[in-house]
Amino acid sequence: MAEVAAPHTKMRAQVPAARWLECVHCGLCLPACPTYLELGTEADSPRGRIHLMREWAEGRVPLTGEVVRHLDLCLGCLGCEAACPSGVRYREMIEGARVAVEQSYQRRWREALLRRLVVDLFPYPDRLAILLWPVRLADWMGLGPVVRKLPWVELVPLPLPRKKAAAALVPARGARRYRVALFRGCVARVLFPQVEAALVRILADHGCEVVVPGEQGCCGALAAHQGDRDRAVTSIRAVLRVFTEPVDALLVTAAGCGAFLRSYGHWTEGTELQERAKLLALRVRDATEFLSSLKLLPPARPLGRKVAYHHACHLAHAQGIRDEPVRLLQLAGAELVRLEEADLCCGSAGSYNILQPQLAQRLGERKARNILASGAEVVAVGNPGCSMQIQAALRRLGADIAVLHPVEVLDVAYRESTA
Amino acid sequence: MQWAHLRESLRTVVGSEGLIEPYEARKVYECDGYTLERAVPELVVLPASTAEMCAVVRLLHRAGVPFVPRGAGTGLSGGCLPLEAPVMIGTSRMRRILEIDSLNRRVMVEAGVANLEVTRAVTEFGLHYAPDPSSQAACSIGGNIAENSGGPHTLKYGVTTNHVLGLELVLPDGEAVWLGGWVDDVPGYDLRGFVIGSEGTCGIVTRAILRLLRNPEAWQTILAVFPSVAAATSAVSAVIAAGVVPAALELMDRLIVQAVEQAYHFGFPADAGAVLIAEVDGHSAAVQAEAEAVKKLCLDAGATEIRSAATERERAELWKSRKRAFGAVGRLAPNYCTQDGVVPRTCLPEILQRIVAIAERYRLRVGNVFHAGDGNIHPILLFDERDPQEVRRVLEAGREILAACVELGGSITGEHGVGVEKIAEMPLLFTPQDLIVMQALRQVFDPEQRSNPGKMFPSPGGCVEVARPRRQVPV
Repeated sequence: MAEVAAPHTKMRAQVPAARWLECVHCGLCLPACPTYLELGTEADSPRGRIHLMREWAEGRVPLTGEVVRHLDLCLGCLGCEAACPSGVRYREMIEGARVAVEQSYQRRWREALLRRLVVDLFPYPDRLAILLWPVRLADWMGLGPVVRKLPWVELVPLPLPRKKAAAALVPARGARRYRVALFRGCVARVLFPQVEAALVRILADHGCEVVVPGEQGCCGALAAHQGDRDRAVTSIRAVLRVFTEPVDALLVTAAGCGAFLRSYGHWTEGTELQERAKLLALRVRDATEFLSSLKLLPPARPLGRKVAYHHACHLAHAQGIRDEPVRLLQLAGAELVRLEEADLCCGSAGSYNILQPQLAQRLGERKARNILASGAEVVAVGNPGCSMQIQAALRRLGADIAVLHPVEVLDVAYRESTA
Repeated sequence: MQWAHLRESLRTVVGSEGLIEPYEARKVYECDGYTLERAVPELVVLPASTAEMCAVVRLLHRAGVPFVPRGAGTGLSGGCLPLEAPVMIGTSRMRRILEIDSLNRRVMVEAGVANLEVTRAVTEFGLHYAPDPSSQAACSIGGNIAENSGGPHTLKYGVTTNHVLGLELVLPDGEAVWLGGWVDDVPGYDLRGFVIGSEGTCGIVTRAILRLLRNPEAWQTILAVFPSVAAATSAVSAVIAAGVVPAALELMDRLIVQAVEQAYHFGFPADAGAVLIAEVDGHSAAVQAEAEAVKKLCLDAGATEIRSAATERERAELWKSRKRAFGAVGRLAPNYCTQDGVVPRTCLPEILQRIVAIAERYRLRVGNVFHAGDGNIHPILLFDERDPQEVRRVLEAGREILAACVELGGSITGEHGVGVEKIAEMPLLFTPQDLIVMQALRQVFDPEQRSNPGKMFPSPGGCVEVARPRRQVPV
């Protein structure tokens, strides 16, 4: 009856055997899993995926297209880790499985090509900028809303911001309290330069000198999420080469990058990079985390707009940052409204909305409906991927609600006060 | 050929998304929260409404195929193990809250709705659904009904059957019937009550009308540290004797307290023998007086330390030690088996002594968590599933513990149900005649015994030894 596979050495090499025993099969992760909530199928729940990964590792189930499909459908949002009473390290399991899948499974050519494109294009700001030229042209011709109905293009913010070169060093206004470095992120700097600008303004105004190394590339998360360990480690090596200056903190506005930078130690285990990688990881701070530690003064005029806060998975679940962004919004004087399922993944999940468009769209619309029901005028989101996904989903529902980074919201409040 | 035909007919009812065929995708349905026995279903069907459910069950009826119902798969006795039924029917796509009647404090939900979702949906009206099993975030209302689930707060508020006004049951021939209704106390036999706790052997519940309670005006949570379990249980008896009915009375013994302390550092003394958590709720004046009484009785019984909480944050902090107990124990050993038995409250010290003796005899480590107020014990036996000898000893020790519960005038399960895990223990509690009568009643609903066959009752011949070798121990 059961197909018998040889114990899978590639998978065994990725996840220590004892890890599997930490899951006691209680099922408390089920309601925290977006794919389970949408599909209702056990194999698309964290418990089901752990079950499948273990059966594969221990040779009771072969690695088939069906197994890969269920593992691919995982968003990697880590909502399950937050819900688990036994401290199961799901992230290490699924990331390990992804590496093992790429080492031992032949994908169909279309799928392989698409995945290849994602890691060949998005992590390179120059290539991404060129890719966006047709969209820029369409926007200039006034066709922006029309082309935003196309798949993929719908994810591009409207209006598309102009490319801006960042200054290599922004001095503090007044006495210098801190010296910080800015990690720009590959997609974030092209599609959301205004977030970076807002952060630098607030930092400089509050006594922080900001260093922005020019040569920086991708953090490696996109490759890692696809199980491409070599490429991820190459990115890590490059990042370690660029960020060598002593700083008080390495600031990130993209939750996805921040979470991955913090896991550098794990990804470089057993290599000569590990020591440096761990040191860098220790200095990583999300922008909202750092700003809320600065004891900023509130803007003279409170913002007074209704704001809903969406918890980006890689902030809330991966980094445990839940209160800090909300504190910034409160500081800005926003009127916070209650958002149902605020910490349920929006379906963006790195490149998920490109690789798994159907489920991503369902989750995006679920998020957009909750936002509409909240009565918010603005949605605050601490991750560029979520911003793109939520903007697209709101546009599909015909809703006109601004999607901003919490740092932008605070910046708007400051600027409106002085204007 | 006929099987292929059935599969295609089922597909036309539930669509491709509701039919799970590939072996790998079915494999994950081989067990629930009870992982010692496993069986992979031949087919998993996930209907999305009562109409689909009826159509599915009708097709199975015509084909004469047995089936097993499944909720969220959080059960702890293997109730949804597909042992003698090739088809599994899940309710995970039936998750709608259909009607909230806040004025009359009732709600109608589909069977797949999670327990906690009900409370979440009615919070804005200041109401809640009282039964609160530990798995309440995940477990389904349908599964709660099948198991007649309890939880920490059942001491004061009762179990599932006290909170289900009516239910819609799809009989094994595919016909849907309503038992009970929107009001209390429907005349005639209480068929609703019969179905609650029947572990899926009468058909599949698809909708239910639940009673909602008003949130208490005030509450206070008290945590008391005792030098021994005996001292703590005497405090429990004293509290009940004084006429106080706490909403919850939870007890943890030395091994559990130490595990929790090691994992989370609550600052419990190193020599703590037991920790008792009591919660009183109701009108603020009464709560104040009752909380003082509980504190005094605990001190009289020898409590060395008392903490109390009256804000949501402090309360969550106190409960954390109890709610995280299982996770903390998970760090002591690769696996654990949670037993579930009941003894009269006054026998708690004695059952504990016996459990310690049994564990020693089988060379096992054991910790205890009790719903002390209603004498519901949860011995947690630690083991390593890779050691088949130890697994066998765990199963046997568990069996002896249950026999001891029955001897002391208790029962073999407080809230986890019989499932497959405790079939062999049923004759300890019931005479052959009792079991025959129960099965005759089941025949009224399921004459062909196609709904969840092989559960609850020892197989014909009714012999413990028949059931025993079936236990598959993973190695």
